[in-house]
Formats: sequence, structure tokens, C-alpha cells
Amino acid sequence: MTGKKKVSRRKFLIRGGIGTIGVLAVGTYLFRNPIRRKIVKVINTVETPYQGNTDNPIIWFEITKDNKVVLHSPKVEMGQGTFTSLAQMAADELEIDINQINVVHAESSSGNMDSFATGGSTSVSALWVPLRELAATMREMIRIEAASKMQEDVVTLKLSNGIVSSANKSMTYAEVATGVSEWDIPDTPELKPLSEYKYIGKPIARVDLVDKVFGAPIFGMDATMPDMLYGAVVRSSKIGAKFIGADVSKAEKMPGVVKIVVEEDFVGVVAHSMIQAENAKSQIEVQWEGQKELNTDDIKEMITVGKGTPYVIQKVGNAEEILEDGENLIVSEYWSPIGAHAQMEPCGAVAHVEKDKATIMISTQVVAITRNEIAERLNLERDKVNIIPTFLGGGFGRRLHTPNAIQAAVLSKAVERPVKCFFTRKEEFQNDTFRPPTHHILKAKLSREGKIEAMEHNVSSGDVAFGSPMMPRIAEPILGADLGAWRGGLIQYGAIPNFSAISWRVKLPFATSWWRSLGLLANTFAIESFMDELAIKAGIDPVEFRLTQIQDDEKGRRLKEVIKAVADKAGYKDRIIDGRAMGFAVSTDVNTPCAEIAEVSVLNNVIKVHNVTCAMDPGLAVNPDQVKAQCEGAIIMGLSASVFEKMEVENGELTPTIYGPYKMALMKHAPKEIDVVLLQGTDYPGAVGEPPLGPIGAAIANAVFRLTGKRLREMPLQANLDKQS
Amino acid sequence: MEISLKVNGELYPIEVDPETPLLWVIRDVLDLKGTKFGCGKAACGACTLLVDGNSVRSCSFAVKFAEGKEVTTIEGLGTKENPHPVQQAWIEEVVPQCGYCQPGFMMATVALLKNIPNPTDDDIDRNIINVCRCATYYRMRKAIHRASELSQQETDKRVENNKV
Repeated sequence: MTGKKKVSRRKFLIRGGIGTIGVLAVGTYLFRNPIRRKIVKVINTVETPYQGNTDNPIIWFEITKDNKVVLHSPKVEMGQGTFTSLAQMAADELEIDINQINVVHAESSSGNMDSFATGGSTSVSALWVPLRELAATMREMIRIEAASKMQEDVVTLKLSNGIVSSANKSMTYAEVATGVSEWDIPDTPELKPLSEYKYIGKPIARVDLVDKVFGAPIFGMDATMPDMLYGAVVRSSKIGAKFIGADVSKAEKMPGVVKIVVEEDFVGVVAHSMIQAENAKSQIEVQWEGQKELNTDDIKEMITVGKGTPYVIQKVGNAEEILEDGENLIVSEYWSPIGAHAQMEPCGAVAHVEKDKATIMISTQVVAITRNEIAERLNLERDKVNIIPTFLGGGFGRRLHTPNAIQAAVLSKAVERPVKCFFTRKEEFQNDTFRPPTHHILKAKLSREGKIEAMEHNVSSGDVAFGSPMMPRIAEPILGADLGAWRGGLIQYGAIPNFSAISWRVKLPFATSWWRSLGLLANTFAIESFMDELAIKAGIDPVEFRLTQIQDDEKGRRLKEVIKAVADKAGYKDRIIDGRAMGFAVSTDVNTPCAEIAEVSVLNNVIKVHNVTCAMDPGLAVNPDQVKAQCEGAIIMGLSASVFEKMEVENGELTPTIYGPYKMALMKHAPKEIDVVLLQGTDYPGAVGEPPLGPIGAAIANAVFRLTGKRLREMPLQANLDKQS
Repeated sequence: MEISLKVNGELYPIEVDPETPLLWVIRDVLDLKGTKFGCGKAACGACTLLVDGNSVRSCSFAVKFAEGKEVTTIEGLGTKENPHPVQQAWIEEVVPQCGYCQPGFMMATVALLKNIPNPTDDDIDRNIINVCRCATYYRMRKAIHRASELSQQETDKRVENNKV
């Protein structure tokens, strides 16, 4: 521990408050040029850097009187298990027991915020270095302080389970921190070698497991504030509808109504109960303008390769030229539908706006953006708006923009009391930020030996990243193509001599945005179905066929490893056995390769997925059990989206508006066995939550072809099979 | 109108419109937040609780129908010290991800095991029809089988104790 430097008092905080005696936050890690870094990193679709602040004295850790450590997480927990991984990372460097750490969401007023978001499968990978460095620094600060208090030499002290001990004395971290007003902050210590970690790499039970099994009130929907009222906002069911005004005379007379609030852009009710608010809302007569009487076919027409603006996003060799000549050209087209998030907890917020400040409790993936939007709307300083993030009842990208917090805040301001305001399920289905529909044209030529000579992927998609408040405005002109839409759309077979990918950007008349894994599901469905068609044309086993198209670099090596591992584990055979066939597909997302094999039967025209085998290489798995849980969930969610789910547009309305008619996979559709093999191609963690969603759609479609001879080129697959029969 | 509601063994006299869905009485009047709102149309099962031991989707069940009956919510199922076999199984299998729908699934499982103590996979498929967007179905199925085992062990123990 060399190069100690004394920092001034203002460089760190001591927080009082209940049960809290010391708060340490030290800056050791600073990203320069954040916007440029962000764009460059995102372009490469490798790990997004952490975009919060590790330099200023904001609360990361607190030590409580009972010798526990509270970690204020800048990332939110939406089921992906990030809190557990962060606890493991912090506990290992802090030298505390995993049960001594309590992970909470950082509030915007006192904690650290990631200006990017929680999303993109980047939480653990982005915090992998900075969080451990902060924890290690705090550990050394405690060591230095303990040495002074115990009058011992620093090097003789041992730290373990939150206790500092010398040969004959010991103190808890809490005792060490008590009464300290000035800390010695050392230079960032060396991190421990992986082999010395007690928790990292182990299948620790989720830190939020008990709360979630006993029904603790941890979600935004569960939030309450004293003296709280209930709000309801009118939302149009029609695409393009813009609010102009409302007749509220009938609604005002409804029981329980406290106030009807008419703003420039919306009208809402505040009442004494949720039911009263909704009942009164139904009596408001709203005038809208700009409704668009569109239908599904109109949308499909808009999303067509050749329309919109093309951007070349990948080009090796001269595929275009080779594929221009129609001889021996293989061409296929694929489609994917509009998808709904359908997360179980509707969007909403509890807001309390007082004279010069606002407090918002909300499930959101974008704490900083929500704070800024509220501050702007209420004309408050940003630091007067405190966002208290709650656990999310599902994220999946649905909460990457939460302007509904504004509505709760405006209603609260109008009645000068806290107001809770949520979407109804119908409003969720009609005002979602949907997964955009896509259209793909794939072309290729094969050599006589069955190698791909040239291949081209054209994808047309509604916007994903563009138009989102998370993307810096300057990104659009720089990037051109929507990086969310082409996620998974690049050709991952580097041994093909000529290949290119072209992304066609279309702006749809309704909101389309991030949906778990973005374009990965649709792009992989198209590319990997096409690869299967090519393998069959070439007369080569589909696994073998892919292996020969992969280059020999590091990326290629990891890709080949997952392919071999999954084929091995599943005992892959390209033939029908006992009425079941295996379908294979593989994708690379955010640097994580993932291969899947689905064992499928089709009986009475019903697609049934019996088992799925998955091999994924996310690098170091901080918590292997939770990585597997993400694979299991993503596989079934991907099955749901590719076999069943579809939003339609009818007379200008998105439909259906309820579970059931919006058909999703249920227990009976879930594979009876999901076998996950984890490989570790790097010694640091990579993306986990989204990559395993990629291959499943194509894997199922490829199996169905073997069973029925029918090539399903449009999702959802069951509807497509019904149509072909 | 005053209604006397028995929830988790306690009697609550409440002043409420008798047509109010039971869910909102449980959540907003009694402040028991473990029972969730998902859709309001009995289509997702997030609001599942027990009325006289049978699973009910409380968002579409008027509070008046619960009068004089035993309502059980996730809060009344087990305690951290003494979890219900279904909760114990959920912990052992580390089922929840986001966790929002899980109380509904656990309550539906309690009702299933009451009617079919040792369910087959087909029994589970037919009876567990709630929606989980994180799609934790794979672990849930394992946990349901495990809960059946744990319940059976508990029953066996009780029988054994009665013999002694």
C-alpha cells in the first residue's frame, strides 16, 4: 500500500441517519469522454462501460452499527440477478461475509446513478472493475484507520468477515468507522486474483430470494406514502392520437374524486381509491386528433427491405457483386411481428411534489433520465428531485423510458398530496414501446464443396435505439443505422470470403424500442434459419456446416466451442427419433456466443418443444446458478415470442389488450428439461441476460422443418404452421 | 357497507363497496401488498389467493363473496422461521427472478397440492396456468414437485407424532 494520500474532508461523506455511522465513497475510476466512449463501445456491441460517477463522494457503501454493509447499487434489480452478483463482488474485496451485505437501490439524491441505464446485459460486466476497486479501497481505508485506533502496524492486521484483528486485539468494521471524520484514502489497491475469491464464481442464492418468496412489498406497485391519493390518466387506444382537450363535467361528479387535472398534453383524475379514479376516468370525454386508421398490412408494407434508408453495417469482400448474378443464387425472406413487453407489473409511480422538491418511487431502468424529465416539467433543480427506485416487476426494456412518472408528479402537484398512478393492462398493451416488426432478405451462393462463397443479410426494422432518450442525439447522424435494430444482424461466420449486412431504417407511427435482446431474436431467427437451409442444400450436417464457416481467431474459437459443446451435450443427430427432431441454431450477442438445440415434436399440427440444450460462453460467470436461471428464462421467453406472440394493428388500435388473447408460453409450453452448459472463454464477466434469447426461435423452426418439411419463415411459428396446413 | 373479512386468521371489519374486487381491499385497505395486480381481468393469476383453501383470482372476485370465509394471502402462508412447504421448495430451487408473479404461483400451487397432493407433470400443466414473463416455469415445475415431497413428509411426521 504505497502512495497514500490524504484527501480533504469534502472528498467523502459521513452520513448520519438511522443506524448508519459511516459512509465511504471514494473515487478511483474515471472514464474520460463518456459520450464518445459510449458510442464507440456500443458500436462494437461489446460491453457498455459504466456511465455513472465513481469520482465524486456519493454514497456507495454504508457501514451500519450492527456491522453490516449497505451497498447502494446504481443498477436496478429486475430479476436478472445483478444485486446478487454485486454483493458477491463487493463482499469478496471488502472481506465481509455475504450475509453481512445488503444491496439497495441508490436514490438519485444521495446515491450513484448510471446515466446510461440498467439494460443491455451490461450491469455486472460494467461494474466488474470499478465496484471491486471501490470495495478494495474501502477495505484498505478501514485497515489504515484500524491500525491507528488499535495502535498496530498496518501490515500486521488481518481483515475477515467484517472484523479487523491483530495478534491480540480485534475490532469490527463498525467500531473502526465510529467517530471517524477524516479518512486516509490510499491509491487503488491491487485486486485479488480470481482464485482467492470466496463468493465470485459460486452459485450463491439470490440476495432477494427471501423477500420474493414471502411477498415483501418491494415493487413500485407496492409503494405507498402517507396521506396518499390515487391517480388515473387517460391514454388513447389509437395510434397517433394527440390530446387536445377534455370535457370533465361528468367525471367531476363521480364519487371519491378529489380533482380532475387537465394539462396541455394529458388529462388525469385524482381520487380516494384506485377504483374511484378509474371509474371517474371512464366518464371523461377526451378530444383527440391525428389518429391513424392503420392495419397490420399497412405496417408490414412499411417494414419492407428496400423501403426506408439503408446503411451498410458490415462488409467483407464483395458479396453484392457476386450475388448480383442470379445463377445458383439462394434467396429466402423472413418476417417477425410486433412484440409486446407484457411484463407483469404495469408501469407506474408514486409521486409526492412539495413546494420546492419532489420525491418519486418508481420501477424504472432509467433513474437519471426520469429525474431530469421531472425536474424539467416541474421546473425544479435536478437535485431537488429524488428518485427512489424500487424492485422492478419485470423490465425487459419496457422501463427504459418512464415518462409516466411525470404524470404522477403533475397530479401530485395539483392536489398537494402524494399520488399513486399506474397503467391499466389494456393501456400497457396499447401504449407499450413495442419490439418492432422486421423483414429480412438473405442471399447466398455455395461452392461445389458446400462452402458459402458469399452471403448478404438485409434487415428492415422499426427503430429500437433511435428516438430513445438514452441515446445521445449526436449518435444518430454518426451511426446512421439503428444499432439496436441490427443487434444480432451481423454475420458471425468470418470464414466466408464475402459477406455483408445492410440495415434499413423505418420510423413507424407508434413507439418501438428496446425489448430484451433487441434485434437479436428476429435477426438470429432469419440468419440461422437461412444457415439451416444452406446446410440442407449443401447436404452437410448443420452443425458441421457452421463449424466450417467460422474463422480461426479468438472470437471464432469461442463460437466453435459453444457449438461443439451443445452438440456434444445434446447428443445431436440430424434425424427424426421417436417422432422428435433436433433443431440447431447459434448466435453471438454482446460478445457472448450461445448455441441451442431444441428437441421438438409436431403432433396434430401443434409445435411442442420437449427439451432444450444450451451452451453459452459469457466469460467468467460471477454466479453460475443465476446465469443458468437467465438462460432458462430467456429460452422460454424466446420460445414464447417466436412460437406464439404477435400484436396486430386493427383500425388504428394495437391489439390484443390482455393476456390470453396475447398468446404467451405458459407452464404447459415450457420444455421439461433445459440443460445449460457454461463455458468460460474469458476471465472477466460478459453479457448474460439477453444472449440466450437469440437462437431459440431458429432452433425450433429448424426442427419443425425436419418433422414436417415445412419451412417456417415467419414468426410466430405456430400461426405460420397453421397457415401452411 | 360494512363487511367483516377474515384474512390470514384475523377478522377485519371494513367499510367498503361490496362490489369492490377483493384484491384492492387486500392491497389498499388492509395494506397486504404480497398479492399483486397484473391485469384486472383474471387473465394472468398474479392476484391469486385462497378463499376457503381454493385458489381465486382476486382482481375479479367481489369482496362480498369473501365474507364469512377464510382468506389466505402469501403473508399468511408461512413465516421466514417456519416457511410453508411451497415456500421452502421455492427457496430450495431458487425460483424467483423479478418475483412479481411468484406469490400468485405459490398460492395456486398450495391449492393444487390440496386437491392433488402428488401431481404429475400433466396435473401441473393443467392447473398452473398463471403467467410469468421472466418465464421461471422450468424451476417452478421442479419446486412444485419438491413442495409435494415436503408436504408429504410433513404429513407423515404428523401421523407419526399422533401414533406416539
